[in-house]
Amino acid sequence: MNRRHIISVLVENHFGVLARISSLIAGRGFNIDSLTVGETEDPTVSRMTIVTRGDEQIIEQITKQLNRLIDVIKVTDMTECAHVERELVLIKVAAPTAQTRTEVVQVVDVFRARVVDMSTATLTIEITGDSEKVDAFIEMIEPFGIKEMARTGSVAMGRERNGRASRGAETRVA
Amino acid sequence: MADSGTVKTADNRAFWRRDMEGKECTGAEILVECIIREGVDLMFGYPGGVVLKVFDELYARRDQIRVVLPRHEQAGVHAADGWAKVTGKVGTVFVTSGPGVTNAVTGIATAQMDSVPLVVFTGQVSRDLIGSDAFQETDAIGVTRPIVKHSYMIERPQDIARIVRQAYYIASTGRPGVVLVDVPKNVTFEKAVFEWPETVSIRSYKPTTEGHPKSIQRLADAIAESKRPYLYVGGGVVMANASDHLLELVNKTNIPVTTTLMALGAFPGTHPLFAGMPGMHGSKLANICFQECDLVIAVGARFDDRVTGKLSAFAPKAKIAHVDIDPSSIKKTVKVDYPVVGDAHWVLRELNKVVKPRQPNEWNRMFAEMKETHWFRYRPSTEVMRPQYVIEKIYEMTKGDAIISTEVGQIQMWAAQFYKFDKPRRWLTSGGLGTMGYGFPAAIGAQFAAPDAMVIDIAGDGSIQMNIQELTTVVENRLPVKVVILNNGYLGMVRQWQEFFYDRHYSSSVIGGLPDFAKVADAFGAKGLTARTHDDVVPVLEEGLAHPGPVFMDFHINPEENVFPMVPAGKALDEMQEEEWA
Ligand SMILES: Cc1ncc(C[n+]2csc(CCOP(=O)(O)OP(=O)(O)O)c2C)c(N)n1
Ligand SMILES: [Mg+2]
Repeated sequence: MNRRHIISVLVENHFGVLARISSLIAGRGFNIDSLTVGETEDPTVSRMTIVTRGDEQIIEQITKQLNRLIDVIKVTDMTECAHVERELVLIKVAAPTAQTRTEVVQVVDVFRARVVDMSTATLTIEITGDSEKVDAFIEMIEPFGIKEMARTGSVAMGRERNGRASRGAETRVA
Repeated sequence: MADSGTVKTADNRAFWRRDMEGKECTGAEILVECIIREGVDLMFGYPGGVVLKVFDELYARRDQIRVVLPRHEQAGVHAADGWAKVTGKVGTVFVTSGPGVTNAVTGIATAQMDSVPLVVFTGQVSRDLIGSDAFQETDAIGVTRPIVKHSYMIERPQDIARIVRQAYYIASTGRPGVVLVDVPKNVTFEKAVFEWPETVSIRSYKPTTEGHPKSIQRLADAIAESKRPYLYVGGGVVMANASDHLLELVNKTNIPVTTTLMALGAFPGTHPLFAGMPGMHGSKLANICFQECDLVIAVGARFDDRVTGKLSAFAPKAKIAHVDIDPSSIKKTVKVDYPVVGDAHWVLRELNKVVKPRQPNEWNRMFAEMKETHWFRYRPSTEVMRPQYVIEKIYEMTKGDAIISTEVGQIQMWAAQFYKFDKPRRWLTSGGLGTMGYGFPAAIGAQFAAPDAMVIDIAGDGSIQMNIQELTTVVENRLPVKVVILNNGYLGMVRQWQEFFYDRHYSSSVIGGLPDFAKVADAFGAKGLTARTHDDVVPVLEEGLAHPGPVFMDFHINPEENVFPMVPAGKALDEMQEEEWA
């Protein structure tokens, strides 16, 4: 069954690692929705979050191939555990009249998004949320005419309850 | 390990320059000292502008480390590959930037595909010129990224020791492979205090060698339940030096064995339970066993498409067990019922402790019967020179005791089919990449590794021309490498496919303008011999193999020979074509 998976990859924070990962993904023909990179609480470690789709076998290959890279410290399939997911999107939407502006702002309010910039013809909106919320928002805003859009791609983190982390499927195979 | 063929070199601590420790030294000094401390006493190197400082240091250390000059960087890497396969140690190569790197690429890809441990040092332009399209600048790391296990760029001289240690460690552990180390020119001149890290630890790299006891027990239980078990052995068994444990397992359980092209010699070729090589040009016996068995036990093999044929029809009645050091190799193409991640040596040793002895049964009787009729065979002839006959004679004359390397083409298959290997690390062939031009330089590496061994390259008239310049290297270094050219006037393997699938349109597969190979050898200062008829075969081999120096033997074989059996690409293993038997 083709499911959406959020794969979190902890890697050594040095030169060339991103190139290695993206070249592996391209070379093996894996499809990905998004890939983000950033530093973690430990400056020597970066976290990459890869959103991809595939059946069990494909996801298993992706995680195994990632684990095979020397610079990869840990691969976790977040989809296997309780987690929070967030993506930030900036959308510039056409709003040439007072009427459309009001309508857009209504949608913005319902989704708890924010207007961060405006001009006589456009509004720029910032929204954060998981992919479902973001997709639903985009669907609502689309009819007004999206002029530009920039998505960060998702990041995710396991939930914690009473000081105990909910663990994802760590795929360092034994 | 009792596995033979491994050359032991003395501990070279006497060569260490202890006086360097704690002192400021140039990058070049540190680099060469580190390579020596890794136990390297021989490397293949081709100089150029940006690596002159390193070659100057190699000159200073010439009594401790020998540098062999190939005549092309590709050949240098293949030679290190052959050396590594025979010794079981990490091969070392040093090339210059730009064209040095790009020439080495084919050798790197070849070694990496066959999991051969190599460290390849590449020169690089100075740090401040990187990215400026400077003279002889190539992004070595970028060019080789998909074809190496790992790569490093040395940014500062104080990083050299750590990187060199990690490079050799990564190349030789887990699933072995190629590590590339890019060395900018300025780093070889700059100075740093030399400190030798006694141990290597990489937090993100901890290869699993010990198979999980539970998964090993499950495998033992599966074997106990199976009526028709079948061992499918790959190159991983050779690399892990696990042949003795494999033989013990078979002696205990009487399970028939097939070894892939890469694994010839991992199990004795003369053993009654040996099924031959499987796959496209494998024995009918080996392929039928896949289709009839109820349990495939793959060890260090990777279910390559040339082995499995049409996947959906592969081993239809069998459960699959897969032992491999590389987790990503398991379930890559086939569903696996009993996965075991671990080193073949470790897993087989542990398996032998828990597996129940198994008596020969109906399956063994069937196997013995089929071995009579389903083995490699050809119609003998005295009218024409058959290549299979030449290989058989080489086998007889060398008593199966030679190191055989091959080029790629029909010749590679004939060599694999008709030479029987009883010991591992005696068979050097490019399996994964199928690189023409591999065999001759690999034979050079092998001869350096085993100076007293009979080393023979089985070559085609096409392939030999891809690294024929190495004649200079064998003559210069007095290497008694023997090259057997099975000369059919064609890129024969291509011609065979064109005959079968492209209406005999021999497009670009006829090799015109062939030289007289014996004279070529002669011009280089080697010996050249030619066999024109069937009756010439034995005398030429006798003279050639007895000659103490390098020899080219040119055998004018029957031109339109085909390799049989053959499972056409995309067909199931039991849909094989065989030689017509008039
Ligand atoms: C570098 C390279 N180029 C092309 C091929 C494709 N190829 C495979 S076998 C072969 C023919 C080899 O001819 P020869 O060495 O004469 O051996 P034969 O098949 O005639 O025995 C070719 C061109 C290859 N394997 N390697
Ligand atoms: Mg030929």
